[in-house]
Parts: sequence; C-alpha cells; structure tokens
Amino acid sequence: MIEAVGLTKRYGSKLAVDDLSFTVKPGKVTGFLGPNGAGKSTTMRMMLGLDRPTAGKVLIDGKHYTELKNPLRTLGALVDAKWVHPNRSAYAHLKWMARSNGIPTKRVDEVLDIVGLSEVARRRAGGFSLGMSQRLGIATALLGDPKILMFDEPVNGLDPEGIHWIRRFMQRLAAEGRTVLVSSHLLSEMAQTAEELVVVGRGKLIAQCSTQEFVESSSSTSVKVRSPQADQLGEVLTSNGFSVTRENQQERDTLLVPDGAIEQVGELAAKYDCVLHELTAQRASLEEAFMQITGQEVEFSTGKSGEEASGSPGEAPVAAEK
Amino acid sequence: MTLLAIERMKLFTTRSPWWCMFAALLLTVGLGVLYAATAPAEFTVVGATQSGGQLGMMVFMVLAALAVTTEYRFGTIRATFQAVPNRTAVMLAKSTVVAALAFVIGEIAAFLAWGVSYLITGGEALVLDAGHEWRNVAGLGLVYAGAALYALAVGMLVRQSAGAISLVIVWALLVESLVGLLPRVGDDIFDWMPFAAANRFLQGGGPQTPMTSQMPEAPIGPWASLVYFLAVGVALLVVALITVRKRDA
Repeated sequence: MIEAVGLTKRYGSKLAVDDLSFTVKPGKVTGFLGPNGAGKSTTMRMMLGLDRPTAGKVLIDGKHYTELKNPLRTLGALVDAKWVHPNRSAYAHLKWMARSNGIPTKRVDEVLDIVGLSEVARRRAGGFSLGMSQRLGIATALLGDPKILMFDEPVNGLDPEGIHWIRRFMQRLAAEGRTVLVSSHLLSEMAQTAEELVVVGRGKLIAQCSTQEFVESSSSTSVKVRSPQADQLGEVLTSNGFSVTRENQQERDTLLVPDGAIEQVGELAAKYDCVLHELTAQRASLEEAFMQITGQEVEFSTGKSGEEASGSPGEAPVAAEK
Repeated sequence: MTLLAIERMKLFTTRSPWWCMFAALLLTVGLGVLYAATAPAEFTVVGATQSGGQLGMMVFMVLAALAVTTEYRFGTIRATFQAVPNRTAVMLAKSTVVAALAFVIGEIAAFLAWGVSYLITGGEALVLDAGHEWRNVAGLGLVYAGAALYALAVGMLVRQSAGAISLVIVWALLVESLVGLLPRVGDDIFDWMPFAAANRFLQGGGPQTPMTSQMPEAPIGPWASLVYFLAVGVALLVVALITVRKRDA
C-alpha cells in the first residue's frame, strides 16, 4: 500500500507537485495518469526517497522509504530504464543491486529469465535497445520479489509484443495480491491495463476512482448512425427533438446523435423506412474524458484539443510531447 | 561490509578504473625510472625515482572523481540510493574503497619505480637507509589516498565529470603554484596549500639535495604536513557528504 499525504514539491517558483493525496491499494493495477509535466515522475522519485518533498509525506506500508530495511524487497521500481552504467553488463548491474539488499545471486538469473534477457546478460548495457533497457529496468524492479511495484511509463520503447507482455505481466502481479502503480500519459494504455486511476494534472489530484467511473462520470454517450438516406434520417431525428451533427463533410452518410440512445434512433429509422448501414453507441474515449476533466490543467497544450477522432482507440497522447 | 563489497563491484565492473590504474602505474614507474636512469649522478637520489609520482596522482584523482561523477552522469546514483537510502553510508563506502585502492596502487607504483631504478643504476645512492628516503617512497600511497579524497569530494559537489576533473587538476597543478607567486604574502599562503603540504611530506625533511634545495623553509614538518593534507581532504569530504544528503538525487 502506498499513501501520499499532502505531498508537495516546489522547484524554485514552480510547483511541480501540489498538495497531492492518494492511496494505492494492493491487488489491483492502479494507473497514475496525467499529461507530460504533470508531476508523475517527481511524485515517484519522492516515493523512493530520492527527492525530498517540500511538504507532506509519502508512506510505503506505513513507513518512509528511507526507513525501510532492504527497500528493494519491499518496493521495486522502474523509474528510468537508463539508470544503468553503459559499460556495465546487465548481469553485473543486477548483481550489485541484489547484493546491496541481501538478495541471493541466483535471483539475478531468475529475473533475467523472467524478462527474457538471459542471453544478453553479459553484454554491456549501453548497447541495449530501448526495449531491452526497459526489460532490464523491470528485472531490477522484480529483483527483491517486492509486494509493491512501481513502473514509470513502462511501455515506452516496447514493441507491440512487449507492450502486450507487460500489460499481462502487471495484471498478473496485481492478481498475486501485490500493489502495482503504473504511470502513463497514454489514456488508452491505462484503459487496457489499470483498474483504478489516480489522475493528476499540473501537480494536482484531479480524480481517484476506478477507470470505468472516470470515463462514465466525465463523458456522455452518443450514437453514430450511417445510412444512405442520411439527409432524410437527419430531418426525422431533428423533428423528434434530437440534435444531429455530421462527423465530417467527407462522409455524407454518417450522422452523430449526441445524447441519443441506439434504441430510439433505430426505432425512428424503422418507422420512417430508412435503411441503416451502421448503428453504434459511442462512448467517449479516455482521451476525451481526460480533456474534459483536466481542461486547462494540461501544461503544454497544443491549442487544438478536439483533434482526436472520437472513440479512437489509438495511442494518441493527451498533450503534445515536449 | 556489504556496502564496501558493492562499491568494489561497481568500480571493477566498468573499464575506466582499470585504464586509470594502469596509466597511474605506468606514469609513476615510467617517468621515475627514466629520470633516475638519465639524470647526472648528483641528482640520482631516492627522491628522483619518484618524479612520476605527481602525474600518477593526477590520473588517480581522475579515477576517484569519475567513480562519483559517472554515477551522476548515468543516473546510477539514483539506483544506488534506491537500493541503499542511507546516502552517507554509501558515499563513505565508496570513498573508503577508492582511497584504499589509491593507497595500494600508490605503494606498488612507488616501490616499482624505486626498485627498477635501483636495478638499472645499481647505485649506492638509491639504497633506502634513511627515514626521509623511506618516507619518500612509502609515503606515496598515503598521498594518493589523500588526493583521492579531494577528488571524491569535488566529484560529489560538482557531479559532473569534466568540471570535477578540471577543478582538481587545475587546482593541484596550477592554482597552488600561482598563489605562491603573489607578492609578499604568496610564500606564506603557499605553505598552507594542501598539495604543497603533501609534496613537503614526500620530499622534505632530508638533507639538502639539488632536488629539495629550491623548496622554501616550511612552518610545519613533513608528518604534520601529511596530517594537514589529510585533514583538509577529510573536511572537504564531510562538506560533500552533507551536501549529498541534503540534495535531491
């Protein structure tokens, strides 16, 4: 269990983390969600005792990180996969980490095997691809077989197979009763991995709830309907009190009905003999939900927030990359 | 003990320390032997065999500074503090390992330089039969260890390889001598410069030779000079440790 209480970090005049309080419970994957620059990494560094909070505290199973004896056995973290000396082999890196926390050396071979790096373990880590570095970082986190795991943007640089693997892997860790906190700026990624969400923007807590609640509370559903008689259907719908919009001008046959229900739209179409090619309920994507809730909380706004197509499961970041 | 073992592992599982140790040995021994073998007879004294000592010391200071700054450069310092949150203990262990290595390499280099010179010249003059001559050779390890403390401390404070290395080397090679050139007060300040004190420990206190005659009269003796040199190094290290503790990693 991780508890943050009034966590605040100030760099000069900039408030990176602003009075953040949340808890991360065991047995679930909790997503730590926010655009770039929202203070996620800073918060994680404070959890590890690397950065000193300006105010507030963060407790790991009721203790400060620095009070933990053999901390790697309690909390395993991947914060930056590049925290490895490029001329040191993966094996040597894990070996000293293991030794420092009284972890037997054979565990090094085990974790290398788990992440699939056994064959390259003796090669210098500087020659690793981003994906391999990421796997080494995950191996480091797993080294002490900890009850609490923390991953900062773990899918960055992984190929689709790797992404799939790590999603499954994190869910398995949570199913074993561990506390798993995963940060990401990709909402679609979180939707597939996390059950609970801690959402931050500009260092402030925006929401802590289940992923489903987050979407439901912040978005309305709309109905997408495609018909060769789109114009006629549009008139029918308008005269029955629905507002109708066109998704874009190219697709003349597609209508969007906000606040509509598929049953009503389908029944109206049948009544007025309109042929339908498609009738779908559209749930706003997490991206949209996030944009709605965070609004101006995005630090590096692109200024064209409505860009993503609604319902798109694509990996569109919510804020522009720096 | 675990921390010492870890720092030893970290030091020896990368390449640059090996190169630095090799270079320090080569310079100390090579230059010393060259000097002893080619110098005219009246210059062939024990001190002459240690002419490469200062250059070797510089290389070792590079090693010591890098032992700290590469951790910051590559972010491994965070992995280190993540594994062992007690930063002071980590940095003390690192300092102990590097200083101990400096001592061992310094002793090996000094005795190798002296031994090879002795064999080549076969000179009576190089027999170690006086206290100051023993100090001249055997003292090198102590000075290496002390110099390593300075470089470690500066590395912790500056956290950047190029900056830390230039700072220690420019200080030891240039700043101290330039201070000595200041009118009126220069000589007095120079006497209290740490690396000048280290040099006085190695070379001073013996009978006047062509090697030592240019050295000004010192306010404290050779052993006091060593203590002074080490004490300033330790003080600098304490400041560095406090800084590391307070700062965000």
